[in-house]
Amino acid sequence: MTAPGRKLPSHRWVKVQRRALPVVTPLFAALIGLLIGAIMLAAVGANPLSAYAALVEGAVGSQNSIADTLVKATPLLFVAVGICIAFRGGVINIGGEGQFITGAIAATLVALYLDGLPGPAIMVVAAIAGGLAGGFWGGIAGVLKARLGVNEILSTVMLNVIAALLMNYLVAGPLIDPRQIEAGTRIPETARFPRSADLPRLLEPTRLHLGIIIAIAAAVVVWVLLWRTPFGFRIRAVGFNPAASLYAGMSVGRSAMMALAMSGMLAGLGGAIQVLGLDHRLYSEGNAAAFTGLAGFNGIVVALFGGLHPLGAIPASMLFGGLVVGANALQRTAQVPSSIAVTLSGIVVLVVVMSQFWANRRQHQLALPDALELEEPGPPAGQMAESHPQL
Amino acid sequence: MIDTVEMRGIVKRFPGVLANDHVDFDVRSGEIHGLLGENGAGKSTLMNLLYGLDRPDEGEIVLDGRPLTLTSPQDAIRAGIGMVHQHFMLVSPMTVAQNVALGLPSSRGLRTDLDVVTARVNELAKTYGLDVDPARFVSDLSVGEQQRVEIIKALYREASLLILDEPTAVLTPQEVDEFFGFLNEMRLDGHSIIFISHKLAEVIALTDRVTVLRDGRNAGTVDTRDTDKADLARRMVGREFSLTRSLPRVDAGPPLLEIEDAHAVTARGTPALRGVSLTVNGGEIVGLAGVSGNGQVQLAQAIAGLHSLTSGHIRISGAATEGRSVRKLMDQGLGYVPEERNRDGMIKEFSIAENLILRDPANPEFVRRGLFRFGRIDEHGAHLIERFAVKTPSASVPISSLSGGNAQKVILARELDRDPSVLVVAQPTRGLDIGASEFIRDQIVAARSRGTAVLLLSEDLEELLALSDRVATIFDGRLMGIVDREEADPSLLGLMMAGETLEQARAHTTATGSAGVES
Repeated sequence: MTAPGRKLPSHRWVKVQRRALPVVTPLFAALIGLLIGAIMLAAVGANPLSAYAALVEGAVGSQNSIADTLVKATPLLFVAVGICIAFRGGVINIGGEGQFITGAIAATLVALYLDGLPGPAIMVVAAIAGGLAGGFWGGIAGVLKARLGVNEILSTVMLNVIAALLMNYLVAGPLIDPRQIEAGTRIPETARFPRSADLPRLLEPTRLHLGIIIAIAAAVVVWVLLWRTPFGFRIRAVGFNPAASLYAGMSVGRSAMMALAMSGMLAGLGGAIQVLGLDHRLYSEGNAAAFTGLAGFNGIVVALFGGLHPLGAIPASMLFGGLVVGANALQRTAQVPSSIAVTLSGIVVLVVVMSQFWANRRQHQLALPDALELEEPGPPAGQMAESHPQL
Repeated sequence: MIDTVEMRGIVKRFPGVLANDHVDFDVRSGEIHGLLGENGAGKSTLMNLLYGLDRPDEGEIVLDGRPLTLTSPQDAIRAGIGMVHQHFMLVSPMTVAQNVALGLPSSRGLRTDLDVVTARVNELAKTYGLDVDPARFVSDLSVGEQQRVEIIKALYREASLLILDEPTAVLTPQEVDEFFGFLNEMRLDGHSIIFISHKLAEVIALTDRVTVLRDGRNAGTVDTRDTDKADLARRMVGREFSLTRSLPRVDAGPPLLEIEDAHAVTARGTPALRGVSLTVNGGEIVGLAGVSGNGQVQLAQAIAGLHSLTSGHIRISGAATEGRSVRKLMDQGLGYVPEERNRDGMIKEFSIAENLILRDPANPEFVRRGLFRFGRIDEHGAHLIERFAVKTPSASVPISSLSGGNAQKVILARELDRDPSVLVVAQPTRGLDIGASEFIRDQIVAARSRGTAVLLLSEDLEELLALSDRVATIFDGRLMGIVDREEADPSLLGLMMAGETLEQARAHTTATGSAGVES
């Protein structure tokens, strides 16, 4: 990106830059991240080029790996889309993990106990139950914030712990597969759901299921909701400026509550889709992360990576899914320790997120030629959400 | 000790504003010098120059006969000049002694010398009666105590000239008495004090001399014993009213805004309104005069449904407002232009068009089947931009790209577009250039002609006198009196703003007013 220098840039060029910036910057930054990663790979004795080749090969090299990447992207996308709602609404939802888990629990209960329902109905009911449960879990934090002023970061983190322990208890106790008891193995997992509850597969023989389509649809719906409806208008207004929203007659507390509940709803739906489409049972291995793959946390990163925009979250989730799948392949083929692979994606994220601050500031500067007079300097590019394009 | 500090022919320009226009000002050892003036008169600019926060474009600062160049507050502190800002600059989780020592080198090099600091703080506290415990945490101190810490900080840095920026604004009356005690001690000790205020009574009670600034010029430096409140008020506001305008005759409408014995408390629980009763009729502008912090904000917010009354009633268009949401009140016919327009009046990140629908985004005119009709929203924006002469290339640019005057026009457009029966406007032209101010005032008068009942809150007396059919003056949560346009004049209002009742103020102005004419 060339600096305009003293000469005023042409209006056209400014417009092109303004459009291109949010796309070009993260790509360029990712490249820098990979360069840093290359140094690291070389330091542990791997050939960076062949390592990256293995990573790419592992992520998108075959039908199977592409399917795997999308399967990994699905829960991330659900959570990330939910996070967009919360962050745009000015609330910080760290509770994606707990909301994801409660959604999965609700879907599991429906799949296991309402097995009399006809095929597609059981899926739909289970998915809805999952969304509602996640929404309820997020809504608890919302009500606590709106009524009692409880910090939502605190409450959502605590609700994560509660949800994880609840799940561990359920799958080791009341919901445990009876056959585990018969066999005396007592592995903490539920019975497999009836096959009628399985989400349709998209690409046999891979594991790719309908979930990714539902997730993309959810992203589009949330985009419309946030930018094309009065409801989303209010959520974003409160997120930007609660004081002015209050003066304009909006209910700030209710808006925050709705943002958290809807955020949770998306994560909960993600949890439901995960058990219905992929695992077909709920299991814990004594640790919720085995089932969630930390989607509830990584979804936040994906959301930020996607510029807190639901549509931006779509490619971001696929990139992340690819990194996860590719890192596994990297470990297998290039004999690089998996911690290096994880570090690698961490570095890429860090550099890209940093670059977005820069891009925001740059965009702000580019906005100036349109302005007649700028009386007060605008806010620093502190908040990622601030000057992102609304597509 | 500083003997004299003189500021000679000070000129300071900001883009489009002449903040200080050849101002002469001086302060002597052992003197408390009052600096009076309305908002925007140039007081802060002048003091910022003296404290090295900014540099004058012309003129010089002379200390004890030698020219002094100040490039930073450090220079000023070195010269013995200290300043206590209206908003304290203290670090709350630290102790008093730590705050005093902050930013100064330790006498022991790398090790701290807080015991030395503590001893000196105690000594200073004793000398001037500034009772404060150096070991206490600032977060545990009352506002008055924090102010003492600020003064001790300045004294510790051996300031012999202290600039106090509206120091009493945050104090209770009892604290003010105590505070005047310390200031007197310091004066006796040979310190010079510049006391910035717009409270006339305090200036009269405390100072030796007073300088009044108006529109960036020195409107007179006088010995306090040769002046009185009415004279100072006149000097502050000026005799000439460039803004005077004749209001078009409008038949008085029905009472649209009725306030009846309103009581309210501030967020901190102290009384803000102590029984305010006021009626505004359709086709009438009632101005509300008062020094800031006397309950105006709470009154405006109570009318707008943003602050609850502890007792009393407010009716809009004859209907009660108790317990109504902001939205309901809006539907009832209320328009409101808030005082803090940047914070409360708009969402900077939103476009002009979006800000124009902020009050009513779900209006069926702009929504079809749950989705925004952006074409309609943009048309609506374009229409209002034209009607209110907002200077912008289009309604889709962020409102943050507008100048203050144009942004205010957008807010006013939003409120007036719904043709409210009651309009509350707070500080509508504060900080705006003259052109935008005039436009906004014209729009307020036009609303009056359409039969709107307008309550105008302004610290700009000239504006109040130019626009109001009647002027009410608020002091300490009570209305001191309501006078008609013909009787309202700055000195009368100034006296009521300082806490005199209408009768007292009338008696005062007739006595000194005639003297003023003779001189």
